[in-house]
Amino acid sequence: MLRLSGLAKTFPGGTIAVTGVDLEVRGSEFLTLLGPSGCGKSTILRLIAGLAAPSEGEIIWSDGVRPKIGFVFQEPTLMPWANVFANVYLPLRLAGLSRREAAPRIGAMLSRVGLGGFENAYPRELSGGMRMRVSLARALVADPPLLLLDEPFAALDEITRFALNDDLLVLQRELKTTIVFVTHSVFESVYLSQRVAIMSPRPGRIVGEIAIYSLEPRSADFRVSAPFADQAKQVSAALRDAMAVGYVP
Amino acid sequence: MTSQLSRSNAREWLLDLLLPASVFLGSLLLWEAIVRVFAIPPYVLPAPSLILTTLIADWPLLFASLLVTLRITFEALALAVAGGVGLAILLAQSRAVERAFLPFAIILQVTPIIAIAPLLLIYLESSTAVLVCAFLVAFFPILSNTALGLASTDHNLVDLFDLYRASRWRRLVLLRLPSALPYFLGGLRIGGGLALIGAIVAELAAGAAGQGTGLAFRITEAGYRLNIPRIFAALALISFTGLLIYGALALISRLVLRHWHDSARSRQM
Ligand SMILES: Nc1ncnc2c1ncn2[C@@H]1O[C@H](COP(=O)(O)OP(=O)(O)OP(=O)(O)O)[C@@H](O)[C@H]1O
Ligand SMILES: [Mg+2]
Repeated sequence: MLRLSGLAKTFPGGTIAVTGVDLEVRGSEFLTLLGPSGCGKSTILRLIAGLAAPSEGEIIWSDGVRPKIGFVFQEPTLMPWANVFANVYLPLRLAGLSRREAAPRIGAMLSRVGLGGFENAYPRELSGGMRMRVSLARALVADPPLLLLDEPFAALDEITRFALNDDLLVLQRELKTTIVFVTHSVFESVYLSQRVAIMSPRPGRIVGEIAIYSLEPRSADFRVSAPFADQAKQVSAALRDAMAVGYVP
Repeated sequence: MTSQLSRSNAREWLLDLLLPASVFLGSLLLWEAIVRVFAIPPYVLPAPSLILTTLIADWPLLFASLLVTLRITFEALALAVAGGVGLAILLAQSRAVERAFLPFAIILQVTPIIAIAPLLLIYLESSTAVLVCAFLVAFFPILSNTALGLASTDHNLVDLFDLYRASRWRRLVLLRLPSALPYFLGGLRIGGGLALIGAIVAELAAGAAGQGTGLAFRITEAGYRLNIPRIFAALALISFTGLLIYGALALISRLVLRHWHDSARSRQM
């Protein structure tokens, strides 16, 4: 789908956020970026989305151009003055679709994320988990081949987070969307991904990649299985090594 | 549980209304009693009852003046909204524009308008001068609040609009203006009160020179004639009008924001 090649980002203040990032993202895979706070995970997502320009290196797209992209932020980032329908309508509206053309797709997407019938609710009437579902629906409604998620569930309680993890997996298998997911939870990364890319502390770089194996479809059983525990241990160890990299001057 | 909650809410509400109302009534009664007990003459301090009868007796005159003042207030407010929002949008278009114009806005804002009024009265016809004064004082809170609102758009939402390559126009209409709405409404509430004050102050300044017929002019006129009860009656009318304007604008902002903004939330446990 895309390849990051020697990517670096230095901010105007002189902060080197990431440097020498080489990473391939394959079509329809679920890839997680795992790393400590401040290591440049968000920066990489923003570079991929084209919201920031790299200082060095390049992003090579397999189709030659950046495709449509969905983005989910750490906060639901909904427009508080607009109801659920209008929030999910936004990407389609900006793409020039009329309300009438968009309505069936919005309805279908809302049912998919478990919010059928909530079209007229306003964000502040929803729970944190439901708001995140709206955000997910908005990111997916225009059918983007690539979905970027920046610690989307970090602010949610564990029960809600597990439910959303499962729903995200189901959605991804159905829609075949390529996902780059950012988290600093080892368990979340193992549960969700086919591949985990581990980052060192700032200036961030990719220091290791670990493939995750599991029977499909993944479910709550996987979370309590021995393979899950083993792979979580392996990822934890890799993350510990990555942290140590940061201490070398 | 819910009925208990709503009952306690109702009690809160009653207290909010009843407590100030009874204090107000109490002080009026005290006032009345003091005037009667000490036999204070009405040209020194009229009793509330006398103010009320004056208000009724002079109603045609005072009401006509009230309409004049109200018209100036609302015209000024309308102009201030158009000008303030328009200029705020213009300033939000580029940093350079903002840098060039904001200092002037601030200089005008920190200059007490009463000091400009005599000058305006020389240059302009007195009714226009009064309108300009009221406009100037109402203009700045609306401008600065709206400008602040336009600048404080959630940056993640800005990123989202970037991601979907939204045009400048779409961005303004779908994102920045709605984001600025609560700030604008706050400015409107302040501006509404200030427009009335501006109109009254300018009328007072015009009073000596002009042939105004607004409420402030009635006050000046009654002052010359030592008609103290009428001054109080006009004052009461002005306060009441100010309250009404504030209440109406607060209600508007509550209705507009009821779905989404914290300031519009009813006090809940
Ligand atoms: N716009 C900016 N200007 C200057 N420095 C920035 C900017 N954005 C990020 N940084 C810095 O770049 C580094 C990486 O930031 P980034 O947000 O990508 O980290 P992160 O891995 O997403 O962290 P977290 O897990 O806390 O979200 C941080 O040290 C941050 O302070
Ligand atoms: Mg981040």
